[in-house]
Amino acid sequence: MPEEFERQCDLVVTALEAVADRLAEEKETLTELDSAIGDADHGANMNRGFQAALEKVSENDAGDPADVVKTIGVALVSTIGGASGPLYGGSIMSASQELEGGITADSSVAFAETYLETVESRGKATVGDKTMVDALTPAVHTYKKSIEVDDLDPLEALAKAVDAAQRGVEFTTPIRAKKGRASYLGWRSVGHQDPGATSTLMILEELLAVAAEELDGEIEREIDAEADVDPAELEAESPGEGDD
Amino acid sequence: MKKLINEPDGVVDEMLEGMVAAHDLRRLEETEVVVREDAPVEGKVGIVSGGGSGHEPTHAGYIGDGMLDGAAAGAVFTSPTADQLSEMILACDGGEGVFCVVKNYEGDVMNFETAVEMAGMESDVEVETVVVDDDVAVEDSLYTSGRRGVCGTIFVHKVAGAAAHRGDDLEEVKRLAEKTNDRVGTMGMALTSCVTPEKGEPTFDLGEDEIELGIGIHGEPGTERTDTMSADEITDHLTEAVLEDLDLEAGAEVATIVNGMGGTPLMELYVVNRRLQELLGEAGIETWNARVGDYMTSLDMEGCSITLLELDDELKELLAYPVETPGLTVTGGE
Repeated sequence: MPEEFERQCDLVVTALEAVADRLAEEKETLTELDSAIGDADHGANMNRGFQAALEKVSENDAGDPADVVKTIGVALVSTIGGASGPLYGGSIMSASQELEGGITADSSVAFAETYLETVESRGKATVGDKTMVDALTPAVHTYKKSIEVDDLDPLEALAKAVDAAQRGVEFTTPIRAKKGRASYLGWRSVGHQDPGATSTLMILEELLAVAAEELDGEIEREIDAEADVDPAELEAESPGEGDD
Repeated sequence: MKKLINEPDGVVDEMLEGMVAAHDLRRLEETEVVVREDAPVEGKVGIVSGGGSGHEPTHAGYIGDGMLDGAAAGAVFTSPTADQLSEMILACDGGEGVFCVVKNYEGDVMNFETAVEMAGMESDVEVETVVVDDDVAVEDSLYTSGRRGVCGTIFVHKVAGAAAHRGDDLEEVKRLAEKTNDRVGTMGMALTSCVTPEKGEPTFDLGEDEIELGIGIHGEPGTERTDTMSADEITDHLTEAVLEDLDLEAGAEVATIVNGMGGTPLMELYVVNRRLQELLGEAGIETWNARVGDYMTSLDMEGCSITLLELDDELKELLAYPVETPGLTVTGGE
């Protein structure tokens, strides 16, 4: 198991690097979206948080994937600030305990569910409020159903989850914001894509890319052999770190 | 855009260094938290606040005898993190508990909640909180984020700070702060958006002949965009919205603030105040004290907000209580 843990830790770090790179590239895009219905800082805040998480993780020599994931959450909470700190980072911290036995298909589903529940309860938001929850909820529900009901391998499940999140992001555009800073605009928020849902999708897309790269071809074998040990899922989950 | 900024990343840190160099303030090491030089003050409820930067003199500018004991500065327009808020609470605990004045934004509320839990793990400090939501432009509902905390926060700082200074206990400070929040209303407008250091250009574009009504303090668009109006028409619009929300009747006494958003000449704010006082007089409402100036800003935004606080003897006594801070000074009786 320690060897498997080590490999899972490496995968978490690889996923974090991919997410941090993507958010750095998309900083302007997120800021543009946030300028329309918010306060023009989502790109900068997310970038600051994930760069800090990279630094923290490189200093930290944890041998357990749950610890690495928790370290990411703590770093985000203490550097992002605003609502995104508790929502993206605090939720990772809470959900990381689901990974204490390692990253498996089952634990990745539990991680995703806890992540979503924490975002909902902290943000007091629900589907249709025009927030990150609109991308996160379809992604988490689809992932869970794909694994638990349809018996898909985690990579396929994650691909479906990303697709669901994409549709969730599109759904945020035509609706009126009820939570977050966009809610202050009332009807004027209609017609704008939610920045938090967007960054949530970006994170999920990067997790999928890393999972596909690192795990392609191994999944069937692993599933057959161990039923539920698969690092790919971890990546899928970590992205759940929604937004505000 | 030309600015007196070195690097966007360093602007909050450098501002705080400058503030500490100018005033009787102390910065907690490795944080963006500023406290009174002599904090914690023994035997007094500690009053703290915090929020995103860009609203100066809010909040650190209200630190001083009779007002705040500490203030945490987040990144521009972004709530400070919970760990820093927790450090501030602990640093301002003089044994009688700490009272937090929080503006109603999801990030601020969440981080303060977490900070109170964190402080509770490290000490037995008693903490109470008021969430200020004075912005009448935003529709209030159980299903939304609710109203924003804007310039009315200054009155809450003043009342809570005075109550703590004269020796009121934590529960009484909370009662008075909540009472103030219940009786205060604000409405703002913008002639321009503002330029965040990170973005370097205006957050939204406003046409030469357009203004935004119902704006907050983060350069975000307001509830309505209209053709530009005269100063008097704008003042009428803002004042009527606040009067309606507070349901003030003839004979009421108020304290008023015509607040500049950071880039408005004082001359224009006085023009607005002239019309405001005229309107209040017509409505039979007596102004007990009028303030005009930059109290709760939005970087370099041009525009203003109007705040009215309905008074009674208890609140008047607390507003008149002497205070000396970089952003607000009251001497003797007003």
